[in-house]
Amino acid sequence: METLRASPLVEMRGIVKRFPGVLANDHIDLSVLPGQIHALLGENGAGKTTLMNVLYGLYQPEEGEILYRGQKVRLASPRDAIQLGIGMVHQHFMLVPPLTVAENVILGTPSAGKVLIDLDEAYAKIESLAERYSLPVEAKAPVWQLSVGEQQRVEIIKALYRGAEVLILDEPTSVLTPQEAEGLGKVLRRMAEEGKAVIFISHKLREVMSLCHQVTVLRDGKVVGTLPTTDTSEKKLAALMVGREVLFDVKKGERAPGPPVLEVQDLEAIGDNGLMALKGVAFEIREGECVGLAGVSGNGQRELAEVIAGLRKARSGEVRISGQATTNDSPAAIIQAGLAYVPEERKRVGTIAEFSIADNAILETHEWRFSHHGVLDRKAINQYADGLIRDYDVKTPNRGNLARTLSGGNLQKLILGRELSRRPKLLIAAQPTRGLDVGATEYIHQQLMAAREQGTGILLISEDLDEVMSLSDRILVLYEGQIVGRLSAAEADAETLGLMMGGAKVELPGS
Amino acid sequence: MSFLGLRLEKRESISPGLKVIAPILTAILALAASGALIRVAGGDPLLSLQAIGVGAFGSMQNLGETLVKASALVLVGLGMVLAFRSKVANIGGEGQLIMGAVAATWIGLSLEGQPFALVFPLVLVGAFAAGAAWGAIAGWLKARLELNEVIVTIMLNYLAIYTLNWLVRGPMRAPGLAGGFPQSQALAEAIWWPRFPGTRLHLGVLLALVLAFLVSFFLFKTPWGYRLRAVGANPQAARYGGINVGRMIVLAMVLSGGLVGIAGASEIYGLHHRLLDGISSGYGYTGIVVALLGKLNPFGTIVASIFFAALAVGMEAMQRSLGTPFALISSIQGLVVLLMLLSDVVIEYRIRRV
Repeated sequence: METLRASPLVEMRGIVKRFPGVLANDHIDLSVLPGQIHALLGENGAGKTTLMNVLYGLYQPEEGEILYRGQKVRLASPRDAIQLGIGMVHQHFMLVPPLTVAENVILGTPSAGKVLIDLDEAYAKIESLAERYSLPVEAKAPVWQLSVGEQQRVEIIKALYRGAEVLILDEPTSVLTPQEAEGLGKVLRRMAEEGKAVIFISHKLREVMSLCHQVTVLRDGKVVGTLPTTDTSEKKLAALMVGREVLFDVKKGERAPGPPVLEVQDLEAIGDNGLMALKGVAFEIREGECVGLAGVSGNGQRELAEVIAGLRKARSGEVRISGQATTNDSPAAIIQAGLAYVPEERKRVGTIAEFSIADNAILETHEWRFSHHGVLDRKAINQYADGLIRDYDVKTPNRGNLARTLSGGNLQKLILGRELSRRPKLLIAAQPTRGLDVGATEYIHQQLMAAREQGTGILLISEDLDEVMSLSDRILVLYEGQIVGRLSAAEADAETLGLMMGGAKVELPGS
Repeated sequence: MSFLGLRLEKRESISPGLKVIAPILTAILALAASGALIRVAGGDPLLSLQAIGVGAFGSMQNLGETLVKASALVLVGLGMVLAFRSKVANIGGEGQLIMGAVAATWIGLSLEGQPFALVFPLVLVGAFAAGAAWGAIAGWLKARLELNEVIVTIMLNYLAIYTLNWLVRGPMRAPGLAGGFPQSQALAEAIWWPRFPGTRLHLGVLLALVLAFLVSFFLFKTPWGYRLRAVGANPQAARYGGINVGRMIVLAMVLSGGLVGIAGASEIYGLHHRLLDGISSGYGYTGIVVALLGKLNPFGTIVASIFFAALAVGMEAMQRSLGTPFALISSIQGLVVLLMLLSDVVIEYRIRRV
């Protein structure tokens, strides 16, 4: 064995962090070696982000100590952490959109505090960092123009610019395409080779196995194991993480497709930026059929979903739901025609944070199902909400709790339950499991397949290729507002799809 | 964010005890601070505070004054509750109140000789409709053209104020008053709203109470109220859920303006009995403050309105009896509002040492 072990760069000992009613971190030990990519794996609510916020100085632990290069340190704020050399890339980026990349990078550093800001120095330094770690960015571009992947690179450069020796990344790949994730992996490996330490928060087993050296698994605020990835497998990690065996394969019953529930013809629509987002999209979905729509975000997926749901005007073309023309009808009329929609942004669009769970459950149906003579039927609403909480496994103490108290997975279960309980003819599910943990993802997949079994046609919009391939009967690839690929699930593989998502023309036999 | 080594953290749950204690502490603090301010200005704090208390609640008559003032604030405040619940900033209370008052007076003068039983409901309907129409303009412009309602309602205030100026000097001016005040002819006594004997406490107080119950029912028990709150809480989610957001914004402004219009009728038929210049005296703005302090809840608005009315009436009394300058009174009111807002911070956040 090794005779000389490197001493840890960062050590956390016995960290305890409580929130009212929750023990988020329960005596957690974590030690991260230089030159390693250390995964922090766990379901949502396991305490990963809390622990890292402690390390980044955002939270103060009730108990425990933090050592940096063997020295005990006190991190009262992120400023302290940054000064030591700890950087963090949050799940939600902390960038100022109107400012340029360089301006964002120097924000908060001493050079931004001067009366006259010397950006040339920043440009040079950014360029050299970008080159060294292969992080291509345009230093003079305003951040709002950048794609999500580019913004993430800016965040990493920001941390490196401040001299980070330890870089924490919170679920960094959840917003990336497979190819972008691959690129990120290279950057992180490069950093590790230089002797930096990377802490990689994730719940995606595959990338943890392929990218990380060491993995610490958290469950319910406790460490349930720390082990080198060479000693374990995806299945073992999943079991550690969830506390039980996990079914990876979704059961997809054979089903003969029925009549079409969605017909889209020559659809054109304008995006938020005023440019054409959909350029003549045409496809159909039949009863009991799940059609996966793969593509990198920003290629028209959101616009397509919104046009079908009546939330965005079609410039031309036609949408029919169950044979009924619904093009540019009001959202209410389209809901009545049989559409259910699980939107991509479950907090901003799918629910009302300051409404109770029960009130969120009746968003579309409060008038026609839960009102009599102009008065809301509270008793029926409560019964229905309790049923939804029970049937869709929404973990909450009470239907009266505000929606914002629910975790991402439970919020999604609530939305899915609400949408499916209308027995829709067509369901649009946009990124239905993005950011969810293994348990919740498994559950959402089962519910989607159960709905398909009962005859609901499903349009599954997802960037997660595994998800698209395992759930769909057919797969469409959307690129720059056009469908550039149509495959049956049987002939699809990740590589082909990934290439198509990037706009490459792929010759397929028989298509 | 930290300041002086302290920082605010949002509380995950709010203890009910704190909810009771914080306002009481605030009140004590507010009294102490007001006392200090009076002291600095050279007055006697204890005597002054006593004068405020007696002035606001000391006799049936004083209590009546307080409640009359409170009722006007409640009516305006209820309108503001509806507007702000749907996230429409109705700054146009002044204009809507004036339009309600104008319509109410015009109806009363036109129906000369008609009985109270006929005039009363017509006045309510007319004042509501006038205020609602004035509010609807801003609502419609916001829903249709995305014009900022703050700007539109403020402009409509000016329009209403100068319309009133013109009316009481021109078309509606009382004839035969030599040297003449800018005011309309008096309404027939038979159609004045009845008063509680020995006070100026009038029917408007009861009306405000009834309407508070109605507004509360509307907001929390009907599908319309649900939609209105949904639009205010998250317009994107509301739209996604099939709610016509623009229609709800217009509705909110119609109801809001209508309720404020009724406040105008109440001022005319309960107090002045004729239309005159400066009928509103800032109710349109104070109504926003009471609605927000009342947590956009109809009953909270009642409590905040009584508090504000008591302060105003008590201070006036103090001014009369002790000669306290008006500037000091305004300062104390501002101080009290500030402290109340601060108490909200204490309730919702905890202060931690970094």
